[in-house]
Amino acid sequence: MTEPKEAWITGIGIVSSLGEGLDAHWDALNARRINVDEKRFAPYIVHPLAPVSFDSQIPKKGDQRQMEAWQRIGTYAAGLALDSAGVKGNQEILGRMDMIVAAGGGERDIPVDLAILNAYITGNAGPAFLNERLMNDLRPTLFLTQLSNLLAGNIAIVHGVSGTSRTFMGEEAAGVDAARIALARIQSGQSDIALVGAAYNGERADLLILFEFGDFNLKDSFAPVWAREKHSGFALGSAGVFLVIESREHAEARGTKPYAKLTRVVADLAQRKQPGAVTKSLEALWSKLGAGGDDGALITGATGAQPATSEEKAFLSQHPGRAVRATGTMFGHTLETQFPLGLALAALSISRGALFPPNDPIGLEVEMSGSPTQIAVIGAGHWQGEGMALVEAAK
Amino acid sequence: MTAPRDKSGRPIVVVTGMGVVTSLGAGKTDNWAKLTAGESGIRTVTRFPIDGLKSTMAGTVDFVTVDPSSSTGLTERLADIATEEAIEQSGIGSRGDFPGPLFLAVAPVEVEWPQRIEVGRAIGKPDFDVNDMLAISGGGRFAPYHHRFMFGSVAGYLVEKFGTKGSPISLSTACASGATAIQLGVEAIRRGETDAALCVATDGSVNPEALIRFSLLSALSTQNDSPQAASKPFSKNRDGFVMAEGAGTLVLESYEAAVARGATILGVVAGCGELTDSFHRTRSSPDGKPIIGCVRKTLADAGMTPEQIDHINAHGTATPENDKMEYLGISAVFGERAKEIPVSSNKSMVGHTISAAGAVEAIFSLLTLEHQRIPPTINYDVPDPAIPFDVVPNRARDARVTAVMSNSFGFGGQNASLILTREPV
Repeated sequence: MTEPKEAWITGIGIVSSLGEGLDAHWDALNARRINVDEKRFAPYIVHPLAPVSFDSQIPKKGDQRQMEAWQRIGTYAAGLALDSAGVKGNQEILGRMDMIVAAGGGERDIPVDLAILNAYITGNAGPAFLNERLMNDLRPTLFLTQLSNLLAGNIAIVHGVSGTSRTFMGEEAAGVDAARIALARIQSGQSDIALVGAAYNGERADLLILFEFGDFNLKDSFAPVWAREKHSGFALGSAGVFLVIESREHAEARGTKPYAKLTRVVADLAQRKQPGAVTKSLEALWSKLGAGGDDGALITGATGAQPATSEEKAFLSQHPGRAVRATGTMFGHTLETQFPLGLALAALSISRGALFPPNDPIGLEVEMSGSPTQIAVIGAGHWQGEGMALVEAAK
Repeated sequence: MTAPRDKSGRPIVVVTGMGVVTSLGAGKTDNWAKLTAGESGIRTVTRFPIDGLKSTMAGTVDFVTVDPSSSTGLTERLADIATEEAIEQSGIGSRGDFPGPLFLAVAPVEVEWPQRIEVGRAIGKPDFDVNDMLAISGGGRFAPYHHRFMFGSVAGYLVEKFGTKGSPISLSTACASGATAIQLGVEAIRRGETDAALCVATDGSVNPEALIRFSLLSALSTQNDSPQAASKPFSKNRDGFVMAEGAGTLVLESYEAAVARGATILGVVAGCGELTDSFHRTRSSPDGKPIIGCVRKTLADAGMTPEQIDHINAHGTATPENDKMEYLGISAVFGERAKEIPVSSNKSMVGHTISAAGAVEAIFSLLTLEHQRIPPTINYDVPDPAIPFDVVPNRARDARVTAVMSNSFGFGGQNASLILTREPV
C-alpha cells in the first residue's frame, strides 16, 4: 500500500440556530450564545433554525418549492461550503466532484396524517379509507422531499455537483461514515475532491414523537449537555453542515489554502448490551485515532441522552488534559449532522488560531489558551455507533 | 495462474457467495429456474386493500412474514434470508464472525401507518393533535418502535447476527442502491482496507403509502388486469414499472484471499462506475450524457472495450422514459452493436425491487455467466421501433457469455453500472 495522500478541509458551510456562515458562528460561539425555543413544542425544547434567506444559495423559487425544510437547509449549507472552497460555478471541478451526504428524510405532511388518524379513531375509516385519503390528500411531489437520496439530488441540480453521489443513512453514525469514506477515497487516490455533509430539521413533531418512544427528548427546561444528570435527554436542533475535502495535491494545484488537515476518521458499532460498552469502544477508537498526548482540544457531539452520555463522560475522565466542547449544548442534537458539525468547528478553530470558549456550568469544559494544532472530534450515537476524527493544522 | 492484480494494479475483487430472495422465491435455485422459464412473480396485491388504487399489482414476497408486521421488519428479514444463503455458500469466516465490513443498501426507514394508528388509538379521544400524540408516546409504551424505525436498525441487526466488522454503512441511491453497495465493497477491498466485504441490498416496502407515492408520480404501470403481463420493458405499449420486493447479498473478497483459503470463485467484479445526472429530480438528461458517461467510466474502470461485453442486464424498468434513455445511452457507447448485443431486463419478471435491484440483478448476471444462459425479457409482444434492442424476447437463450454489464439508473439522478465476468480480465 502506498503512503496515504494528505487531505485538507478547504471549504466549510454552516447554517444553524446560531446563524449562517463562518463569521456568524465564530461570533456566536465566542459570545456563548444559545438559541432555544422552549415554547413552540412545549414541554419539548428545540434549537430552531436562525432566519435564513434561502434565495442567496437556492436562487430559483421553483427549486425551493420542490424541497421541504431539511433539503433546503442542506442545499443552502452545501452552497456555502462550495463558496468557501472557491469552487462554486467551476463546472470543470464540480462535474467530477464526489459527494457523500448523510441523510435522514421522511418529513411528514402533519395535517394530512392527523386528519387520517382522527378518522380512524372516530371509526369513520372503512377498509379503503387509507388509500383514498393518501391518493387525494398527498401532493405528488411530497415524496421527492421525503426521499433520503434527494438531498444529494437537489445539491446536484442546484449547485451542479455531478461527479459521484452516495447517500448514507443511520443517524449519528452516518455522519461519521460519510467523512470516513470520503477521506479513505481521497487518501487512496480514488477521489480528488469531495463534498461531504448533512442537514437536519429538528423542528418536526413527528421526530419528537419517534424519539419520545425511547424517552430521549429533553423536557421542560434547557440545560447544557453535561448538566442533564437529573433530566437526561437531547433537544433537537436544525442545522446544515457541508465540508469540501480535497487532496493536498489537488488543492495546491488550484492555489487553495486549507482550513485544516483531516488526518484520520475511525468508527465502530459496539454491542451495547453491557454497561461500559460505549466507554470501551471509545477507548479502542482513541488508540486507533493516534491523537498522541492528552493535551489539545476535543469537540464532542455528546447528546445529553443516557446512558451514552455518562459512558462518554467516563471516557473523557480518562483524558483529563483535553479541553472539551460539547456541540449539543449550543446547537442541539442534529443527528446525522453532528459529526460534520464537529469537523467544521474543529477546522474553523484551527484556522482562527483559537478554541471557542467553554459553555458548561459544571466545569467539565475548561478554557484553552493558545492556538490548537490538533482537535479530536468524537461522537457516540444516542443508540448505536461510535466515531472519532483527528483534525490538525496543515503545515 | 493469473496474477492477483487487475490492469490498474489493484486487488482483483471476486464473488464467493450469493444469496437472493424475490417474488419468484427464496434462493438462487428457485429464482434461476423461474427466471429462465420466463415466469413472472407479479400478482395483484393481497396484503392490503387495493380499492381506489390506480396500480394494484406488485412483486411482493408473500411467503415471508414478520411479526409484528412492518415494512422495515420485512426488509430486515429478506436481508437475513439472502445473507444466510450467501455466507453459507462462501464458507467464509465462521458463524457470526464475518471478517469484513457491511455495506447495506436499504429502503429509507420511517414510522409506518399501522404503528401511527396504534399510537393514535392509544390517545382514546377524537380531535387530537400532535401534542396529544406526544403526551402518550413516552414512558416506554412504544419503546420498540424507537429502535425499529431508526435508519440504522436493519444494519444493526445484521452486524449483530453476522458479526461484520467496524461501522456498517446503510446507503441509498434510489434504484442504483444495490449497485452502490457492491461498489463500496469493491472500493474497500481495492484500498486494501479489508480482504472481504458483505454487500447486502434489500427492500420489503410494498405498503399503501409507498405504492401510492410512486403512483402519484405516474411512475407505475396501471395494466392491472393482467399483473404478470404488466411489466413490459422496451415494448411499445410499456406504461411504467411494477413495484417489487427482494434482497440480494454478495460476499466479495480479494482474489488473493479467496484463493488462499480455497474458496470457490463464482465470478469477478471487473469494473464499477457511477455518474450523477443533475438535470431533474425524476427525469434523465435528454442528451443522455450522464448515462453514457457512467457506462464509459465503468468500461474504463474494468480496462475493457464495448466489444468485450457479451450481454447487458438492463435497468429496464419499463417506464416510457427510462427504456428510451437506456437505448440512447447504450447505442451511443456501443454503436451498431447496440442492436445485436443481447439486452434483457429481469424487471419484466421480478418487477422493480428498488433498493435491492442492483444487487439482485448483479446476482442474476453472475448466474447468467455460470449457466451460459440469458434470461428473457418477457411480455415483449409489441416491439418499440425506437428501441431496436435484441431484448432476448420471451424465451431464455443459451449463449457464450464472458462479460455482463449490469445497469442501474436511479430516481434523483444517481447512475451506477457494474461489469461482471467469470474470470479476471
